[in-house]
Amino acid sequence: MTDTATRIKAEIDSSPVTVFMKGTAVFPQCGFSARVVQILSHLNVPFKSVNVLEDAEIREGIKAYSNWPTIPQVYVNGEFVGGCDIVSEMFQEGELQKLMEDQGVTAKV
Amino acid sequence: MAMQADEITGFIKSALPDAEVIIKDLAGDGDHYAAHVTSEAFRGLPRVRQHQMVYAALQGRMGGVLHALALTTATPE
Repeated sequence: MTDTATRIKAEIDSSPVTVFMKGTAVFPQCGFSARVVQILSHLNVPFKSVNVLEDAEIREGIKAYSNWPTIPQVYVNGEFVGGCDIVSEMFQEGELQKLMEDQGVTAKV
Repeated sequence: MAMQADEITGFIKSALPDAEVIIKDLAGDGDHYAAHVTSEAFRGLPRVRQHQMVYAALQGRMGGVLHALALTTATPE
């Protein structure tokens, strides 16, 4: 595993939910990243965000890591869930809420 | 750099010959499209795998010359 892939795996493993995105949760710098942050916040799912704009190696490395060509990318308990399209579609179908509850990553209100 | 709608359809159909591809140009700039792809090849596969098949058909253009493709996939009824 390359150094970058090792760093990526460490980021993924460091939080139940990790989002590789452009910008930060407070200041997303891309519409797709902002949409994912909006959905996760709406579902009350705490997450760690990794700003790929601050790390060119991770920005490219994450695409090879997941065999997924775009940002944002959402990981739950180490598993790649999808990008903005899939997260949005799962949210609209009610599947995302179920996944988060099943994975035990929804914050207790 | 940008892509034309029929170019996108062409790439997808060459990899998924049975695919039905509906494309909407979201911004008129050749860079932001929505595509709905229906193919028997997706049957039984998780969404991530289905989308990865479409991205593979685009041979590395996704996220490059093609900045945004709002993608949804389905299997024939």
